[in-house]
Amino acid sequence: MLKVNGVSRSFGDHRVLDSVSFDVKPGRMTGFLGANGAGKTTMMRIILGVLKADAGSVSWNGQPVTQALRQRFGYMPEERGLYPKMKVADQIQWLGRLHGMSAANAAASTERLLEELDLSTRANDKLEALSLGNQQRAQIAASLVHDPELLILDEPFSGLDPIAVDTVLRVLRQRAADGAPVLFSSHQLSVVEQLCDDLVIISEGQIRASGERDEIKERYGTPRYELVVGSDAGWLRDVPGIKVTSVDGPRAVFESASADGFRAGGEALDQRILQEAMRRGEVRAFTPVVPSLNEIFKEAI
Amino acid sequence: MTSVEERTSVESRNNDGGLSFVQATWLVAERELKAFLQMKGFWIGLATIVIGLFAASILPNVLGGGDTKIAVAGSDVAQTLEAGPFDIERTTDPAVAEELVRSETVAAAVVPDTTGQSATGVQVVALESPPSDLMASLGSPPPVDLLEPGEVSEGEKQLVIMVFALVFMLFAMSGTAIAQSTVTEKQTRVVEILVSTLPVKSLLAGKIVGHTMLTVGQVAVLAIAAPIALQAGGNEALLEVILPALGWYVPFLVLAFLLLASMWAVAGSLVSRQEDLGSTMGLVMMLVFGPYMAVIFLAGNATAMAVLSYVPFSAAIAMPVRLFTGEAQVWEPFVSLGLMAVMVVLITAVATRLYSGSLLQTGGKIKLSRAWSAASD
Repeated sequence: MLKVNGVSRSFGDHRVLDSVSFDVKPGRMTGFLGANGAGKTTMMRIILGVLKADAGSVSWNGQPVTQALRQRFGYMPEERGLYPKMKVADQIQWLGRLHGMSAANAAASTERLLEELDLSTRANDKLEALSLGNQQRAQIAASLVHDPELLILDEPFSGLDPIAVDTVLRVLRQRAADGAPVLFSSHQLSVVEQLCDDLVIISEGQIRASGERDEIKERYGTPRYELVVGSDAGWLRDVPGIKVTSVDGPRAVFESASADGFRAGGEALDQRILQEAMRRGEVRAFTPVVPSLNEIFKEAI
Repeated sequence: MTSVEERTSVESRNNDGGLSFVQATWLVAERELKAFLQMKGFWIGLATIVIGLFAASILPNVLGGGDTKIAVAGSDVAQTLEAGPFDIERTTDPAVAEELVRSETVAAAVVPDTTGQSATGVQVVALESPPSDLMASLGSPPPVDLLEPGEVSEGEKQLVIMVFALVFMLFAMSGTAIAQSTVTEKQTRVVEILVSTLPVKSLLAGKIVGHTMLTVGQVAVLAIAAPIALQAGGNEALLEVILPALGWYVPFLVLAFLLLASMWAVAGSLVSRQEDLGSTMGLVMMLVFGPYMAVIFLAGNATAMAVLSYVPFSAAIAMPVRLFTGEAQVWEPFVSLGLMAVMVVLITAVATRLYSGSLLQTGGKIKLSRAWSAASD
């Protein structure tokens, strides 16, 4: 498990990270969520030793992260690049050796990965001769070649075409399933929503929420219900204690007017509304609305 | 069974402590070497220098191959020689003929024999070595009187200085490849992957080692090609005097390259784009062109050359030149090389700090003071 403990970092007077703590657990995809400039990239660079922290520590399985340990991590930086004039297979293999693999192991792993990422036919082309999408795949291969124990990917899906997204996803999920913790940052909430098991939300250098995705959704999302009745649902507007967010003929979405939700003061308001609706006529649906990450994000920061 | 074996192999691999500094340095060096050896431009450049060397040695003979200018004192030999490819200057006085040789108006003079050992009654006077075609035309070889045996003529001296200075400049400038390679890594951000995997020092060391090996290799090729070229051009006499100097030139050239190598790397690490490289390479270029110009212009001034042969940057040209002209004492190159080695250590130490401090900073040109203080972060 990767543990980030009270990490702070400033650039000049600007405090980019402020006592940041969170965990990345084995076998799970952890989404690192935040607006541009929230401190995601700085945090990742600190984990990888590209930057130093002013305070705090990063540990891997209880040990402080050192250069030797980091050789077993895989990293894909946000601004991607490999050597433009080097052949694809050559440089992936070279990076494998840089991470401590033997030449033979690196070559075998490179071949396997290029196959997996549908890039085998371009193995002997110079990187600069590849399309941007294929360069991205090569970049993914470069971060995976040494079979890393921990994967850190900065915005891995930005700029990928839909086919590449699927390919990359499949590969990353496989790694997570094999037991490697995967930390990836994104500002595209919909992508993170589908992919991650755990979430870390950062804003202005501070962690606003972290933990299991569903638990966070429950904690930060406003509970809401959708009610679909046989006739017009406009009567809901006159029910005290709730706030109707939308009405469209027989369909309405509402939330509690109280900050404590529907169970405020020991009263089951949601159940009372359901009974009222059934008394008035046919009820076709009564469903809790799962909040989107987008909402949680706004709520959390 | 297979899965158990696989797990064991993964664990055993993961248990090793990663690459050592030397291994990491060598991997970086290997990449730099390969990148160059796969470039056509590299081989074309080296071939051009070698061909140029041969051309400079052989062409004067071929082009000037019309008639060899000789002076003849004594008419009977002149008649036999007129049939051959000679441009003959007739005189009556052997002293005048000898003067023509000294002033390099003619390549050699044929004068009446004074040694009493000549079968044909003549002897040949030349500066360093008699023209072979003349010797052949005279039948049984006459006695030869060399006026400046083993001495270096002014023309040859100029040529050697030019060649030494030019080759120095070529190799010193080839260090720009280190700056370019550094800025490429910054520009493509591949540097983030490298720094997260390797110690920054091994990255710098690998670059220096790789490019130094390239230079040593090329210098070795030239050091072998030069004597062959001189031999092919029939310049055996020049070869004899140049060989010791050439032997010294090689270590001087390598140290000069090392002196500049880390500075080129800093020039590259201070900027983030190839286009901005010119602004930081200026100072290093001055350290290449300065010594080149100084040696060319001050070659005639023995005191100035003595000073230049100890200044670490110009020493690489000035000391071999002084060894060639016979001005330097035996111990002098050792002292000069020692000074250069000390400078290499000092400059590399400072450059390493500047390189570490600027490598990960982006955006425009980084000030040296900022690079220096950032290295302690």
